[in-house]
Parts: sequence; C-alpha cells; structure tokens
Amino acid sequence: MKFGTQLIHVGQTHDPLTGALGVPIYQTSTFRQQSVDHFGKYDYARSGNPSREALEEAIACLEGGTQGFAFASGMAAISSTLLIFSPGDHLVVCDDVYGGTYRVLTQIFDRLGIQSTFVDATCLDAIAAAIRPETKGIYLETPSNPLLKVTDLRGVVELAKPRNIITMVDNTFMTPYLQRPLELGCDIVLHSATKFINGHSDVICGLAVVKSVDLGDRIRFIQNGFGAILGPQDSFLTLRGLKTLKVRMDQSQKSAGAIVEWLSKQPRITKIHYPGLPQHPGHAVQCAQANGPGAVFSFELDSVETTKRLLEQSKLSAFAVSLGGVESIISYPAKMSHAAVPPDERQRKGITDTLVRLSVGLEDPDDLIAEMDGIFNGKQV
Amino acid sequence: MNIDTQAIQIGLEWDTRTGALSIPIYQSATFRHPGLGQSTGFDYSRSGNPTRMALEEGIARLDGGSRGFAYSSGMAAIASLLLLFKSGDHLVVTEDLYGGTCRLFDKVFSRFGLTFTYVDTSDTDAVQAAITPSTKALFVETLTNPLLKFADLSALSAICRERDLLLIADNTFLTPYLLRPLDLGADITVYSATKYLSGHNDTVAGLAVIKDPQLAEQVYFHQNSAGAVLGPQDSWLVIRGMKTLGIRLDRQQQNALSLARWLKKHPLVRKVFYPGLEEHPDHELIKRQANGFGAMIAFEVGNHALVEQILLKTRLISFAESLGGVESLMTFPEGQTHADIPAELRARLGINDVLLRLSVGIENIDDLIADLDQAFKSKGVTI
Repeated sequence: MKFGTQLIHVGQTHDPLTGALGVPIYQTSTFRQQSVDHFGKYDYARSGNPSREALEEAIACLEGGTQGFAFASGMAAISSTLLIFSPGDHLVVCDDVYGGTYRVLTQIFDRLGIQSTFVDATCLDAIAAAIRPETKGIYLETPSNPLLKVTDLRGVVELAKPRNIITMVDNTFMTPYLQRPLELGCDIVLHSATKFINGHSDVICGLAVVKSVDLGDRIRFIQNGFGAILGPQDSFLTLRGLKTLKVRMDQSQKSAGAIVEWLSKQPRITKIHYPGLPQHPGHAVQCAQANGPGAVFSFELDSVETTKRLLEQSKLSAFAVSLGGVESIISYPAKMSHAAVPPDERQRKGITDTLVRLSVGLEDPDDLIAEMDGIFNGKQV
Repeated sequence: MNIDTQAIQIGLEWDTRTGALSIPIYQSATFRHPGLGQSTGFDYSRSGNPTRMALEEGIARLDGGSRGFAYSSGMAAIASLLLLFKSGDHLVVTEDLYGGTCRLFDKVFSRFGLTFTYVDTSDTDAVQAAITPSTKALFVETLTNPLLKFADLSALSAICRERDLLLIADNTFLTPYLLRPLDLGADITVYSATKYLSGHNDTVAGLAVIKDPQLAEQVYFHQNSAGAVLGPQDSWLVIRGMKTLGIRLDRQQQNALSLARWLKKHPLVRKVFYPGLEEHPDHELIKRQANGFGAMIAFEVGNHALVEQILLKTRLISFAESLGGVESLMTFPEGQTHADIPAELRARLGINDVLLRLSVGIENIDDLIADLDQAFKSKGVTI
C-alpha cells in the first residue's frame, strides 16, 4: 500500500459495533470487565484507550515500526522516552536541539544522573569523538531546528549499532512521509505531532515509535507508569489531521520552494537555511535519506529593525510559536523556541537576533510573497 | 464562599467577547503574538492554555493554594511532582498506597536514586521513626486506597514543619469538598481528577495544588518542561464535572453509609471498612478534620468464590477499575488496582483474596441494595 493510502486506512478498522468509518472518541476512563482472572484488552484508559490506540497503530505503521505511543505533548513523548535510560548513562545530542529538549536534558535529566554531550551532528567524527563507554543513546533532529542542519542518519547508525547505542530521531520536521528513520536503522522516532502530523495548530500531542519489541515494552511501561498520555479527543483530532498529511505536505513543500526562491533574490535577506537549496551543505545527504526538504526554513535579515518589522507586520503568517500547521507561522527562535538556550550559546550556534523561521502553510504562496514584499519594500498589499 | 458554590464559579464569564457563560474549549496549540516581546499571556498550549488555566485556577481556589496544575493523568501529576526531587532524596510514604503510585516509586523513581519507606501514616510514631537525614518529603493518601485509613494531617504537618519536610497529600478520595489538606498544613495536594472531581468516569486527568508560590514556580517549570499536560477537551470536562461535585458527593456519601450498614448485617460479609461507620478506628478524627467520610467502601466476603460471583453477577454495579463516578463500580484490589504491590506487603496490609472495593455512585439506594442482594443470592457463576 502506498503512503497516501496508508494515511487513510492504517489503524482505522471500522467500528465493528456500528460500522462507523471514524474511530469513536472513547471519552471513558474505565472499562467493564467480564472475568476476574482474565481482564479484557482494555481496563483503564491510562493503560489503553481505543481512540488513542488507533493513532498509535497508525503512526507505528507509517514509520515502519512495531509499536507506537501517544503522549500529552512532544515534550512528554521525549521525556518519557528518556526515562528508559538510567543514572550513569550518557547521551550524545545534536547541538541545535529544540530548546525544550535542551531544557529537559540539562535541567531535569542531568539532575537525574543522565549526562548529555552536545555536538555538531552534521559531523560524524564529532559524534564519534563524543561517544564514551557509558554512552547509551544518540539523540538527533534532522533537519534541525531552526538552522535546518542535516545529519547523516545511516552514518550515525553505523557508529551506534556496533556499540549497542540507541539512536533516537526527532522526526517532527519531516514526518514519515518524507523520512523514515527506522528504515535507515535508527531505533526510536519521536514527534511533536502538534506540528505537521496533526497539522492544524489545534492539538498538543507527542508520539514515539520503536522497531524492537524490547524497547517498545520499556516505553510502554513508562507511558503507563508515568501516565503522560494523550486524551481521546486529542487522539481523534491527530488521527483526523494525519489523513491529509500527504496533500498538506506536498503543497506546503512546493510553496516553501517558491518562497525560498523569491527570498534568495531579496537584498534584505543575507542567508537562507533550507536543505532544498543545492548550496545547502546537507543537500546531498538530505536527498539520500529523505523524500523532500520539508516546509520549514529559516533566514537571516539585514538588521534587527527589519526582523522586527517582518515579525510584527506579518498578517497572513501568524507571529507565533509552533509550526507545521495549515496556517503559516513565522517565529523568532532567539526569543521563542530557543529562549531556553543561554544567549552566548545561542550566538555560537548561529541562532542570531536577525534569524527568522518560517513554517509554510497552505496559503497561496503568491499571497505570502506579496505580504513580505510589502513589508520589506514599504509597498501596500 | 463555600466550596460547592466556588466549584460552580469555575470558568464562568471568562469570555468577555461573547459573554458565554461557560469557558470555551480552546483547541489551539499556539497563540498569535501582538508584537515582538509581547504576549497575550498565552504562547503555546503546553505552557498555558486558557481552558486548562480555568481548571487550574479553580482547583487552586477550592484547595486554598496559590496555584494549580492540570496533568494528563493522576499518575502524571504525581510523577511530575516527583521530578522536584533528586538522587539521594528519601520520601516517607503511606504503605497502602494506590498500586500505580507504588509502581511509579519502586520501578521508575527508585531507578533514579530516590528512596521510599512505606509506613502506616495513620500512625505518627511510625512516621517519625522512618524519617532520616535525607528525608525530603512525606507523601500520604488522606484516605487510603483500598482500606480507608485516615492520615492525621494536623499531626503530620507538625512533624513536617519541625523536620523541614514537604507534606504532599493525595486527596483523591475526599476532594476539597470534604477535606482541605493545605488548611491543615500540607504543602501540596494532588488528585487523580479522573475520580470524584471529574466524577463521570469519562476523563483521565490529574491535578496538583501548591501552597507556596515559589514552590509553585518549580512545579510549573516541570509541568512545562516534561510536558505531561491535560488537553483542552479533558480540562473542560473536568470543570464541567466539578460543578456537581457537592451534590454528587452528598448523594454518594448518603448511599455509601446505607450500603455499609446493609453490608455489615449481611451473613456472607466478614468485615466492612467505611469511615462513616462509628466503629471505624478513624471515625472521630475524620469527623473533626473533614466534612465527610467519602463514598468508598471496602469489604471482605466469606470466601474467594463469592468475589467472582459478586463482581460478575451485579448488574448495576460495574466490575471495572477506577472510582468516584456517578456510576457505582466494584473492583478486586488484589488482582487489579493493587496487583503491582509486592504480595508480602499486600498480605500485611490486609489486601487479600476476599476483599472487594466498592465505589458508590448516585443511583437510587434501593436499586443498589437490590443489585448486591441478588448477586449474593445468585447461585454459581456463569460466564
């Protein structure tokens, strides 16, 4: 079955009771039992809920994994997954990791005895050099946020596998439509499904998918024990959003290409970070491991003043945090997604005060371009 | 203002644009910023969502705390609070704790170097004796699950103040309508709001209320960072449920007392645990500290075969986990809710193979009694 068809059908067995095509929203906390010795498949909704399960099965299939898990947020998915590690374990993490992930690693997991080393993950040698005997996990985002740096996932797996290191990939920017890390040999895929997977800026949701049954069991134990699960309404909405993932991503990616092309000719733009550009340093690796460059890019402007004007005057692109919705969202990484990273660290990583990130939605790209043109050149739209 | 009135005020007239009486369900992940460096107060729903905030402010008011927090489950609430501690910290905890809490302590947080000592927290001497120099907190269930022992919060909070410990009270079984632990000196209350607060067996949710604003900042940090937040639909359902908290509990308690008395007289019942019965060891203490005895009953039947018979033959009372809803539910703690507690500890606590736990709903009492009566009388089990 092709991906676009899978999106509509996986995990979505018709409700046997009524024939309903949509998965019912099981807004229930508990399930009546028939036997004292053998409990039914569902007993308590934290442990398992049919609406949540439909989403979990769908994402497992789409990512090519065996088990999927839905959490209350992307950070809940990441935090719960990181809880499978133990004190004394060490992680190697890409250095421009999402600010929220950076925060839990440095301020919560560090205190729990799990240390992280942050490296430039575009460089396999840097990853190899950071591996210690106690390294148990490598944590990556590719393309990364907000600088769209690309990590060679096959190369990382070659380093990790012989050493029994678990490779985790936050696949939020790509979704399984464009990139399937488990097929490249990685062990765990994570998502802020709030973004492209749900795609409508209306749900906070996280997902994790694994290939190995053992890892799945460990994550399931934490999911149930810690209890950071996704509710049934949000599970249903995410599943609903997922159905249009392909058509949304196709359109957004196409528009992103058109906007990048226009921006590259604008004098106020000093730099564009988008793996779809042939001159992007990760372009070749991106082409080798993914089916497209995605619909998020970042760019640098000539001054803080222009940056401010663009952010505040954009009407079609909402000035907001988050990304991956049908609405275009323009954001300011230095003050938003990466505000949790210390300022000097931010500068060093290239997250400057003139850097803007654009997540391209489903508006007509001509309108988005016209609006930016108006803001840059003082034209009325 | 009384608690039941306060509960009805939650989220009222928040939406000034439309005048909607009920707070909207803000099914939005993110919020548009008015300008650079400006915020409406909402940026991203993990960090703050208006519907969730109404619930969080509501429970904080009901409990008399500075700030409330809503989580994706009761376990997520407790787990997120435990993130306040670090490796080497020790907690003294109630011994007949909910099995899920026990599992979280023993199988997740103990791996990160936290240690736990289980004691009978209705015995203040036992609590004193368990405190070590590395003890950082006392975690109690105000009314325990399933054996309904009461923790003397006034006495425990005196110990905690003297020894500089945080007192965390899981008040799920009583709710602020019946007991306000922060008034008695607790620092944090925590709830599986799935139970009485939501009250309809339709939502999985957790809440925490913090007294000290500085501690609340730390709790907020972990709620936002680990991200185990409650979604807007479920937040709204909990608010909706809380509006009937008072009348539900009034009726549930009334039913529970009648059922407890009926069970006590039944020849096939060996023992009834209900704090509303005068012979319950904590009856007088609860009368002094709380405004009611709750609506949970545990009882022992004559033999194990009766357990299955009663669970499967009752028609109105569902055999299901969870509790606190309008529908009456019955479970078998040894095999269900407390299956994760080591067998030896279970035996010592009295969680045995003839113990049933009954969460009394708001059905008509005559129907509930008739249902139990026919289940006791039915011959054998057919599945």
